Amino acid sequence: MPRIELGEYVDRFISWLLRTIPGVFDVISAVMTVLVETITSALIAPPFVVWVLVLTLAALLARGIGFGVFTLLAFLLVASLDLWEETMDTLGLVIVAAAIAAAVGVPLGIWAARNRGASVVLRPVLDFMQTTPVFVYLIPAVFFFGIGVVPGVVATTIFSIPPAVRLTELGIRGVDPEVVEAAHAFGAHPRQILREVQLPMALPSIMAGINQVIMLALSMVVVAGLAGAGGLGTVVVGAVTQLDVAAGFEGGLAVVILAIFLDRLTAALADQPERGLWHRLQRRRAPRAERATSEATAVPA
Amino acid sequence: MIECRDLSKVFGGGPAVAEALALARDGIDRADVQRRTGATVAVHDVSFTVEPGELFVVMGLSGSGKSTLVRLLNRLIEPSGGSIRIDGRELSGLGDAELRALRNRRMSMVFQHFALLPHRTVQQNAEYGLQIRGVPERERQERARWALEQVGLADRAGARPDELSGGMKQRVGLARALASDTDVLLMDEPFSALDPLIRRDMQALLIRLQKELRKTIVFITHDLNEAMRLGDRILLLRDGRLVQLGTGPEILAAPANDYVADFVSDVDRTRVLTAEDVLREPRVVARPADRPADVLRRLGGAEANGAYVVDDECRLLGVIRDDWLAHAASTGRAEIGTEGLVADFATTEPDRPLIDIVGRLGRHVVPLAVVDREGRLLGVVPRAAVLAALAAVPTGS
Repeated sequence: MPRIELGEYVDRFISWLLRTIPGVFDVISAVMTVLVETITSALIAPPFVVWVLVLTLAALLARGIGFGVFTLLAFLLVASLDLWEETMDTLGLVIVAAAIAAAVGVPLGIWAARNRGASVVLRPVLDFMQTTPVFVYLIPAVFFFGIGVVPGVVATTIFSIPPAVRLTELGIRGVDPEVVEAAHAFGAHPRQILREVQLPMALPSIMAGINQVIMLALSMVVVAGLAGAGGLGTVVVGAVTQLDVAAGFEGGLAVVILAIFLDRLTAALADQPERGLWHRLQRRRAPRAERATSEATAVPA
Repeated sequence: MIECRDLSKVFGGGPAVAEALALARDGIDRADVQRRTGATVAVHDVSFTVEPGELFVVMGLSGSGKSTLVRLLNRLIEPSGGSIRIDGRELSGLGDAELRALRNRRMSMVFQHFALLPHRTVQQNAEYGLQIRGVPERERQERARWALEQVGLADRAGARPDELSGGMKQRVGLARALASDTDVLLMDEPFSALDPLIRRDMQALLIRLQKELRKTIVFITHDLNEAMRLGDRILLLRDGRLVQLGTGPEILAAPANDYVADFVSDVDRTRVLTAEDVLREPRVVARPADRPADVLRRLGGAEANGAYVVDDECRLLGVIRDDWLAHAASTGRAEIGTEGLVADFATTEPDRPLIDIVGRLGRHVVPLAVVDREGRLLGVVPRAAVLAALAAVPTGS
C-alpha cells in the first residue's frame, strides 16, 4: 500500500496560508485579544462581591430562588478557593468564543434550513468539526496565532459552532409548514417570514443550540489551557503536570460550578422562561396594564 | 370574480409533465398516468367561474385535488397548465412582488389547522395581514378589533392561540382573513378539524357573515352536507377532474353520474332542499271577483276542498272553503268578495329548508303556501311533493 502523505499536504497548506496571508491572522489576533481583554478586565476589575451579586440576580430573574441561592454559595466558594480571577478569565473566554460561534453558527443554520444543497455540504463538515479530537485544533491555532489567549479562543470557537448550526436548522425545519404557508398566503416577503414566523417559532431550538455551544466552549476552554489560554485551564493543566491532587480538585470544581451555572441559566432562557422571577413580575404587571388601557378606552365611549 | 380555464397541476416528473398531461387528456386515469410517467396529475382541466359575492364550494374526497386546486388560485402551488384570472387579470404573468401584493390585498386564506402564529396574541394574529401590508398601527388595531367582534372573540384579544379551543382558534383564523379586507376568501377545509357541534356553529357564523359582507368565497370541504348547506354552487371533484358543477338542489335532482348519485344518497335532503325547490303551481287560485259557482266547479275538478284567494298583485288574501262556496252558489252570490275568507292555512318563505316546514304540512284544507316578502303567493307545497323530493323521485313540475 503506497503511503498517502495526507498530513504532509495539510501541513504544507497551513504553511502556505501563513506565508500568503499573514496580515489576516494578525488582524484576527488583535481583534480577539481586545475582545477577551475587555470582557475579562470588566469581570475582574470590581471587587468579586459585585459580580457574585450580579450573577445571583441573573440567576434569580431567569430561574428562581433555588438557582439564585446555588449561584450565590457556589461563586462565594470559588472566591474562597482563590480561583476567582481564573474563573472570570475562563468565563470571559467562553463568552467571547460562544458569541462568535453563535454569530457564525445561527446564520449557517438558517442557510442550511432554506437550502438543501447547503445542508448536504455542511453536514459532513460539522461531523468533522465535532469529532476531531479537541487537541488537534490547538496545533494549527498555535501555528497561526502563537501561544496565548487567541489560539484558545479560535480553537474553542471552531469546536463549539456545530450545535448552533444543527439546532438552528432543525428548529427552522420543524416550524409548522402550514403556518409558513399562511404567511405566504397573506403575501409576506420571505425575509418577513424568516424574521416574524420561522425564527420566533424556532427560538426554543435555537436557544438549546446556544446552550450546547456554551457547554462545548467551556469544555474546550480548559483544554485550551495547554496553549496558554490562561484561566482555569492553566490551573488544571498545571495540576495535571505536577500531579497536584488538591489544585486539580479545586480547579475542576470551579469548572463544574461555572458549567452548571451557564447551563442552567441558558437552559432556563430556552425552555421555561415562565418559571423565572422576571417573567412572574411581568405577568403580574401585564393584567394591571391591560386593565388600565381598557378603562382608558371605556371612558370616551 | 375568479375565472379558471383548463387548470391543471402535475406533481413530480420534471420533463414528464407534458406527457402526463397529454395522457390525462386522453382519458387515462391517474394511477395509470403515474405508472407510465412517474408524475401525479393532481388537478386536470378544471374550468369554472366564481361570481363576485358567491360562496363557491369545491367538494371532493381526500386525494381529489381540492386542496391543490385552492392553492393554485393564489399560486401557493404553481399551475402546470391553464389560466387563472382574478377580475380579468391573468395570474401566471405576475412577478414575485406583484404576486405578494395580490395575495396581501385581494385574497386571504383560512386553513384547516388554523395556522396561527403561536407567539403572538389573538389581536396580533388578526392584524397579521395588515401588518404585512404596512398599515399604521392604530388603523390595523381598529380593523383587527372589528374583525374579532365579527367572529365574537373581542374579549379574548389578549390571549395566546394555545389558550383557545379549536373553534375559537378558527374564529381567529377567520378574523385574520376578514381584517385583511380582501374581497376574495379562500377557505381550505376550515371546519374539518372541529367537533360536529362547533362545526355547525361555525357554518352558521359563516352564513351570517356572508349575508352581511358578500365576499367572494372559495370553500373547500370533503363533507357534502356542509357543501350543500353553505354553497351557492358546488363543484364536485374526483381524481383531479371536475365531475359536476351546479347548485346543491340541482346536483341532488340530477346527479351527473353514478359516482355523484352514490355520493348524494346519504345527504340529508331535508336540510338541503328548500320550499322553493319543491313548490308547485297551485291548481286552483281564486280572486275576489270570481263567481262562487265557477270556483266550486274548478275545485271539484282538482279534487280539492279549498282554494287560495289572491288580489290583482297576487298577494295572498286568505282561503275560501268549498262548503262556503256551495252555500254562496246556492244563494246566487255574484262574486266571492272577502268576507267569506278564512285563515285556515300556513305559509313559508321560499328559502326555508324542508326540515323546517314538514311539521306544517297537511294540517289544512289547502297545501302549504309559499309567499315572498311582499306576501305574494309564489306556489304551494303539497305533502306529496315533499315526500317525492325526499325519496329522490324525479319531480315533474
